Amino acid sequence: MSELTLLLIRLAFLAVLWFFVIAAVGVIRTDLFGSRTAAAAPARKAPKPAKPAAKSKKGEPRQMVVTGGPLQGTTITLSETPITIGRANDATLVVSDDYASSRHARLFPQDGQWIVEDLGSTNGTYLDRSKVTRPTPVPLGVPIRIGKTVIELRK
Amino acid sequence: MSTPSVEPVPLPAKRRLAQLAMLAFAVVITLGAYANVGLAIDGKIPSGMLTYGLSLGGFMLAAYLVLAKFAPWADPLILPLVTLINGLGLVMIYRLEEVDAFGASANQQLLYTAIGVVLFAVTLVVLRDHRALQRLTYTAGAVGLVLLVSPLLPLIGEDINGARIWIKVPGGQLQPAEFAKLALLVFFAGYLVAKRDVLALAGRRLLFIDLPRARDLGPILITWGLSLGVLILQKDLGSSLLIFGTFIAMLYIATQRTSWVLIGVLLFVGGAVLAGLIFDHVQARWEVYLNPADPELFVKTGGSEQLMQGLFAMSEGGVLGTGFGQGHPERIPLAISDFIFPAIGEELGLTGLMALLMVYALLVERGLRTSIAARDPFTKLLAGGLSFLLAWQVFIIVGGVTNLIPLTGLVTPFMSQGGSALLANWILIALLVRMSDAARRPAPQAIQDEGMTQVFQR
Repeated sequence: MSELTLLLIRLAFLAVLWFFVIAAVGVIRTDLFGSRTAAAAPARKAPKPAKPAAKSKKGEPRQMVVTGGPLQGTTITLSETPITIGRANDATLVVSDDYASSRHARLFPQDGQWIVEDLGSTNGTYLDRSKVTRPTPVPLGVPIRIGKTVIELRK
Repeated sequence: MSTPSVEPVPLPAKRRLAQLAMLAFAVVITLGAYANVGLAIDGKIPSGMLTYGLSLGGFMLAAYLVLAKFAPWADPLILPLVTLINGLGLVMIYRLEEVDAFGASANQQLLYTAIGVVLFAVTLVVLRDHRALQRLTYTAGAVGLVLLVSPLLPLIGEDINGARIWIKVPGGQLQPAEFAKLALLVFFAGYLVAKRDVLALAGRRLLFIDLPRARDLGPILITWGLSLGVLILQKDLGSSLLIFGTFIAMLYIATQRTSWVLIGVLLFVGGAVLAGLIFDHVQARWEVYLNPADPELFVKTGGSEQLMQGLFAMSEGGVLGTGFGQGHPERIPLAISDFIFPAIGEELGLTGLMALLMVYALLVERGLRTSIAARDPFTKLLAGGLSFLLAWQVFIIVGGVTNLIPLTGLVTPFMSQGGSALLANWILIALLVRMSDAARRPAPQAIQDEGMTQVFQR
């Protein structure tokens, strides 16, 4: 095997090794910006099941963001499914918080709006400053407080 | 209540195709390296290439299929990245075996890789919900402790190369500390989830830092004592540093308190100075670290020869390396295990080493990403802890062989020849995959409309 061939093989191997790293970063890139495609999908599908009257797509929240408490930074992409919050393991957002109940609150979509409902929790659910006593619509960007956790709906 | 849609809600991509492509890519790179070794040493493609490629490709395909079936939402990159590291390690060991380096056996390592993949699959199949581990918090702690002390027991323990970290099992030896790490990590995560409020909130502010109460120092002192025990009784510097460092990191993740890190570093420095004063083997390592080029130390038994040979090898490699099969990594003592990193450095050069470190970094990044995306605190802590363990291990060994920090004997994860570490690390990866599956899985779907009562799928 000639020196030159081996040199070429060596350089090619290093190049391929780096190409692998770059390809891996490429896969991650879609993961980082993936929320956009994932969120765009429900918006496209929304008109089909929804009633024609409730189609204010622009104002619809697309994700729920935890802005305070131990789970800060967690985001959940909103779909058609209700979201439960509590300490129970089967809740969508599991909070480990002495001030939260097992099944603390629920968020569900209705006519293009998201409604928060307290599920009889001990310490209550707060929308902005007021206690949630009956199902209440949640505007965008208004904090919902559950124990030490604060969540917010965002576009 | 709006009617839940009958058709499934659009979901984030599973990216199976990307995963399969990256996996194939990793196997192809490994085979290229294998061929390269043969071409450089014998001038022809090695005869075992087909068997080798088929078996490695087969194992990884099997791992992929298990993953696709039992953890379909798992991160698409974890498995390919591990495959590449494991594959490059295999090639390096094969290459060292070709020139009759002491103890190198590529077939044995291939066998261990197979067992590792089997353990990976078994973990994924058996452990459907990793949160079950949270219930085993104290059991895991006890198992970890027993595994850690088992080499000290008279009948089953064994002393090899001055470190008493082995136990005899039928057909060879096992390093139980590698598995103990995982069990202890599960214990740390479960324990900190339960106790983190008191560790995070109680205390008072002194000058610029929040100090915890004296009585809350219990856990950190016990872990400190444990790692000192490992250091003194088993002379295993690496594991000692690994366990303590990981605990501090997890404590920090759980409480977000800088004071814990400060206390941990102080305790560590205190322990290290103490150990250096009392024990010869710690002191010897320290001297080697300060003066590796000292000719007297070089010729001494247990001196700096190994470290210097590693440094020579890396300088021989330079930026582009000598190429596979064209260097002399067999001159480094123990190039197959602790010193596989300089051996790779000689043949692939700085460019190759950086690529390798990038692959490790990406793997750790995927783990931390899993931790961020996780929905419950136990998963967050466990995923963060496991990723940190991996990163910390790479740092300790790479820092050691490049003389950045004193050398402590640790294996390079997935690369070094050695069954126990490889098996334990494959289990670690299975846990990460399981958790990333749970974290990336879309929120539970309502499976039927029952008016105001909803049934949730878990």
